[in-house]
Amino acid sequence: MKKFIQDLAETHRYQPTHLLPILRSVQSQYHYIPQEAIEQLAQLLNISRTQIIGVVEFYSFFHLSPRGQYELLISDSITDHMSGKKNLISYLAEKLKVAVGDVRQDGVVSLDNTSCTGMCDQGPAGLVNGHALTRLDRPRLDLISDLINQQKPLNEWPAELFLVEDNIYQPGLLLANPIQPGTALRAMYKRGVPETLAEISFAELRGRGGAGYNTAWKWHLCYEGPEEDSFCDIATHRQQQRYVVCNADEGEPGTFKDRVLLNSYAHEVFEGMTLCAAIIGAQQGFLYLRGEYLHLYEKLQAVLDERRQAGLLGSNILKEGLNFDIEICLGAGAYICGEESALIESLEGKMGIPRNRPPYPVTQGYLGKPTVVNNVETFMAAASIAVNGGDWFANVGTEKSKGTKILSICGDCSQPGIYEYPFGTTIQTVLNDCGASDVLGVQIGGPSGTFISNKEFNRQLAFEDLATGGSFIVFNDSRNILEIVNNFTHFFAHESCGFCTPCRVGTSLLKKQLDKIIGGHGSAGDVVALEELCQLVKTQSHCGLGQTAANPVLSTLQRYPELYQSRLKKISYEPGFDLDGALETARRLAKRNDASAHLAQAEE
Amino acid sequence: MSKLITIDGNTIPFEEGQTIMEAATAAGVYIPHLCHHPEFTPHGSCKLCTVKVNGRTCSACTFPAVDGQDVLNNTQELTDDRRLITQMLFVEGNHFCPSCEKTGNCQLQAVAYHLNMLDNHFPLFYPNRELDASHAEVMIDHNRCIFCTLCVRASQQKDGKDVFAISGRGLNKHLIVNAQSGLLKDTDIEATDQAAHICPTGAILIKRTAYQVPIGERIYDHQQIDQVSLASENSQHDK
Ligand SMILES: Cc1cc2nc3c(=O)[nH]c(=O)nc-3n(C[C@H](O)[C@H](O)[C@H](O)COP(=O)(O)O)c2cc1C
Ligand code: SF4
Ligand code: FES
Ligand code: FES
Repeated sequence: MKKFIQDLAETHRYQPTHLLPILRSVQSQYHYIPQEAIEQLAQLLNISRTQIIGVVEFYSFFHLSPRGQYELLISDSITDHMSGKKNLISYLAEKLKVAVGDVRQDGVVSLDNTSCTGMCDQGPAGLVNGHALTRLDRPRLDLISDLINQQKPLNEWPAELFLVEDNIYQPGLLLANPIQPGTALRAMYKRGVPETLAEISFAELRGRGGAGYNTAWKWHLCYEGPEEDSFCDIATHRQQQRYVVCNADEGEPGTFKDRVLLNSYAHEVFEGMTLCAAIIGAQQGFLYLRGEYLHLYEKLQAVLDERRQAGLLGSNILKEGLNFDIEICLGAGAYICGEESALIESLEGKMGIPRNRPPYPVTQGYLGKPTVVNNVETFMAAASIAVNGGDWFANVGTEKSKGTKILSICGDCSQPGIYEYPFGTTIQTVLNDCGASDVLGVQIGGPSGTFISNKEFNRQLAFEDLATGGSFIVFNDSRNILEIVNNFTHFFAHESCGFCTPCRVGTSLLKKQLDKIIGGHGSAGDVVALEELCQLVKTQSHCGLGQTAANPVLSTLQRYPELYQSRLKKISYEPGFDLDGALETARRLAKRNDASAHLAQAEE
Repeated sequence: MSKLITIDGNTIPFEEGQTIMEAATAAGVYIPHLCHHPEFTPHGSCKLCTVKVNGRTCSACTFPAVDGQDVLNNTQELTDDRRLITQMLFVEGNHFCPSCEKTGNCQLQAVAYHLNMLDNHFPLFYPNRELDASHAEVMIDHNRCIFCTLCVRASQQKDGKDVFAISGRGLNKHLIVNAQSGLLKDTDIEATDQAAHICPTGAILIKRTAYQVPIGERIYDHQQIDQVSLASENSQHDK
């Protein structure tokens, strides 16, 4: 092990910022992070062991105790549940003789749940040693357990298990007009660099990651330094190194469009990043790729190489004097790392904890230097705008939302996949196109977004109405809304970084309170208490995760209050714990199960 | 020329670079807080110092004071939210004040009194947490840790060491110490370190000092936390 760790650290030039990729290698080699490795790395990288332990315990894909040689994870996304995930994982557990959450005695295999892996159009999905598995069903699980029991190396597993399809059904402005590598950069140098920023500004491009911040203005702030910011000294700001970061963390359940863009439109995305680098004056860029998309890593590296060879990346790009390169950094299982300042922390080799703001990343981002963070689709749109002009883009969409939005549609529809629409398109149009019928409601923008009922399908996709980072989950009327809300609420509790009290404790309280009501133990005051808790978590949390974690409850409570009420008992107060349930151990010990060994919770 | 903000309608001056908390403290206005300490880089995690700045919710301990800001601090709405946040801290850990040796000197308890907290409001979590009594003079009772990171910061910024850190995610957050064994006895902490004394609750204690000051004569037995806090933090400032 000593040599392995030594060589690994050397490959990464002993850089503490590379802690995540280093730990990914250790985890994949030993199936956990041994204590000796932590001690040795602390020495080699010159950081404290507590930083390393902190990182290991923060990210879902790192472990302090051994996992199986085959680490199997099954996605917990709501769509996976809708296609029978629960039965599948039990089947698999039985087949492999390992309990969910455990490692098999012989150490060969471990099995667990994981948050949405971004394969909702081809689920139920999972991961084996980080590699995506799609379309899981019983025959596939039989095959997988055989392969594991024979201890077949992953590279000898049939390729069809790992097949990931694009499923593009409705290309629009961007997807139907791919640009040739280099054309956006050439167009920029022809038009002029500041003029190109003006073009993006004219296009009124807004960020596609969800929040919709004006992209040109963000780039401008990074280049200029925000004058209003009293904490920032403009003169020193101008001399600083700058960074371009592409946010491909795509952790919002039900979102998978960035996966498709990086699979089939990677040149456009990298070109958009290079454009940004020329505009703000950056030499280094990062693509922060969620760990679940490991399957894209090699392919993307090849695209980067291709671009270097074509003179579109590296030194003196297009002989215009621009020096810029891009590094790909893989995440390790943490939804919070999609939040831009947590992402930057993660890039620096730390736990993904959102920073205090101000200062914002545009003034103090990666290593304290001005940094632009944008979504994958935003960079792609910027490249297209550089080629086709601001008019081309701004002519499409609505007053406050220009251009198109790429949606990843999944759930109850006949054609789950990728659809691109002009902003302003109604939900009904989208539902017609994807083959959805008997629709109960749609979750727009993922768990952090809004649940709309079937009375609202004339509403529009737009920042001024229904904003979405891309997630669009359809539910038909056989679905149980409270189960959906429960799945989302558990997701947030699992993904809360734990930094601030309202979210760390609040998301768990939400989970408990909802479990209580759904379990039929709620009474009159409990829905009121639930709503009060939602408001607190929403208004007092430190970052967007906590601020949106109560949305599933709030948006359904607003639309279907009777649903929550119907679960309540007709008494005014119900204790938080289950009296009869608490006696279970006593009954087991006393080997009794007669009527007097049971207690009613309260007289009804 | 000094710049001005208003807090609950009262105008107070501030110096460039000060946070709202610093400006308020200097002006004798108490904003409830647990993870803030004037000597260390602000952390912004407990959220007790939540205020409204021009209508927007902000943490006073991290948010910079800017000329003309209109800050709301002592409102019913904010007090209610702060009480709920305090109750969250209580149910998350195991805080049995009557049997705790820190009672009366505990900031968590004192802030709860200040906010008129009369019950836990939320269901208790009863987490399984441990005790580290391995060190000869200093001990950790994880049951009472609220993850404020004051010990982490004090050790790094004052003691010139690196004894503590917070590890884990979400509800699994926990305090760890910098030793291969994971035990306090194998770190370089000393009972004279500021990190050993800064805990706002009873999570880090000096052994054999528990009842030297009898109950009834402790800091918050006779004074409210707002008075104690303003007095001590302003005297620290003057130093
Ligand atoms: C909890 C959380 C998760 C997020 N996840 C993502 C993500 O996966 N991808 C993304 O582009 N933005 C995500 N964001 C938004 C980013 O913080 C940031 O606003 C965005 O990357 C900016 O890029 P844009 O302006 O191009 O949208 C997330 C925000 C929060 C609060
Ligand atoms: S809101 Fe949640 S995710 Fe965001 S900082 Fe607070 S604990 Fe972390
Ligand atoms: S005192 Fe400001 S967040 Fe804790
Ligand atoms: S009284 Fe013991 S920690 Fe507060």
